[in-house]
Amino acid sequence: MSDIQLVDAPAGVEGAGFFATSLDKVIGIARSNSLWPLPFATSCCGIEFMATMASHYDLSRFGAERLSFSPRQADLLMVMGTIAKKMAPVLRQVYLQMAEPRWVMAVGACASSGGIFDTYSVLQGIDEVIPVDVYVPGCPPRPEAIIDGFINIQKLVQTESLRRRNEPKYQELLAKYGIQ
Amino acid sequence: MAQIPNEELLKRIAEKFDQQVTRVGEPYGLLTVETGREQIIDLLTFLKTDDALRFIFLTDITAIHYPEQEKQIGIIYHLHSLTTNTRIRIKVFLTDGDVHIPTATTVWEGANWMERETYDFFGVIFDGHPDLRRILNVDDMTAFPMRKEFPLEDPNRVDKKDYFFGR
Repeated sequence: MSDIQLVDAPAGVEGAGFFATSLDKVIGIARSNSLWPLPFATSCCGIEFMATMASHYDLSRFGAERLSFSPRQADLLMVMGTIAKKMAPVLRQVYLQMAEPRWVMAVGACASSGGIFDTYSVLQGIDEVIPVDVYVPGCPPRPEAIIDGFINIQKLVQTESLRRRNEPKYQELLAKYGIQ
Repeated sequence: MAQIPNEELLKRIAEKFDQQVTRVGEPYGLLTVETGREQIIDLLTFLKTDDALRFIFLTDITAIHYPEQEKQIGIIYHLHSLTTNTRIRIKVFLTDGDVHIPTATTVWEGANWMERETYDFFGVIFDGHPDLRRILNVDDMTAFPMRKEFPLEDPNRVDKKDYFFGR
């Protein structure tokens, strides 16, 4: 027999033939277990991500089976590796092309802070150009760390209220990056 | 053809250019000469077209910055004679305020990107270059990062500030 684990149902009211809960929770569960990541891999962290996607670590166990190499269909932008300043407008363009709701994960020291590349040609963390939801430390992080970051993204997705993206706070955040 | 000995090479250059080209040294057997920007193109053309020398391959153009020297910026040409397997290095030093030198794209088309790179990192203006703009760094960069007066580190870096380390 296969040992398939299903996601627990959210808290709600249950009775004979019906189950009632809030839409936020259902949508959160659905989204978090079918995230489509866009891997933006530029260096060694990208190699770790390849291991994360491969059979041993198998990121698809968490519902991220389908990588999207088109930003239009992606939910999660995973930035893995050093982003040179010349690459920054490209990264920003990819982020702008993603549809809401969208999440961003900075994997590794370079994407998070510039890492060892404290130099004129390297972007000192992708949060200089786009907002970031989860940072994964490490140089490069092990696949376990990337999975841990992914689970943290899932938690954010699950607990996000449906109106978050319309709130002034979120609009302010985007405006800070000159988006919209 | 056998490799041209450095003495013979130097003698041939001296026949044509006399005192305008001076010998700097021969580190690791690589003959290094210095000249001025007035005759650099003549010298390159001579080395390329002379029947005995035939330095037809321009290996690299680069620059160097010595802030302590009166002539701070040095432009360096590496040539290679593929028929005799001989190499030569030519240096031209310029004062900081007047970093102009004629382009070598008239001699080698391949000098185009090398000169753009040298401009990008050292701010050397190659007069007559067809398209002298930055090649590797972002277009809106104002610094010439390989010059010593520009800091290597990015000023936006926050996690290396002293107060994080109790300094």
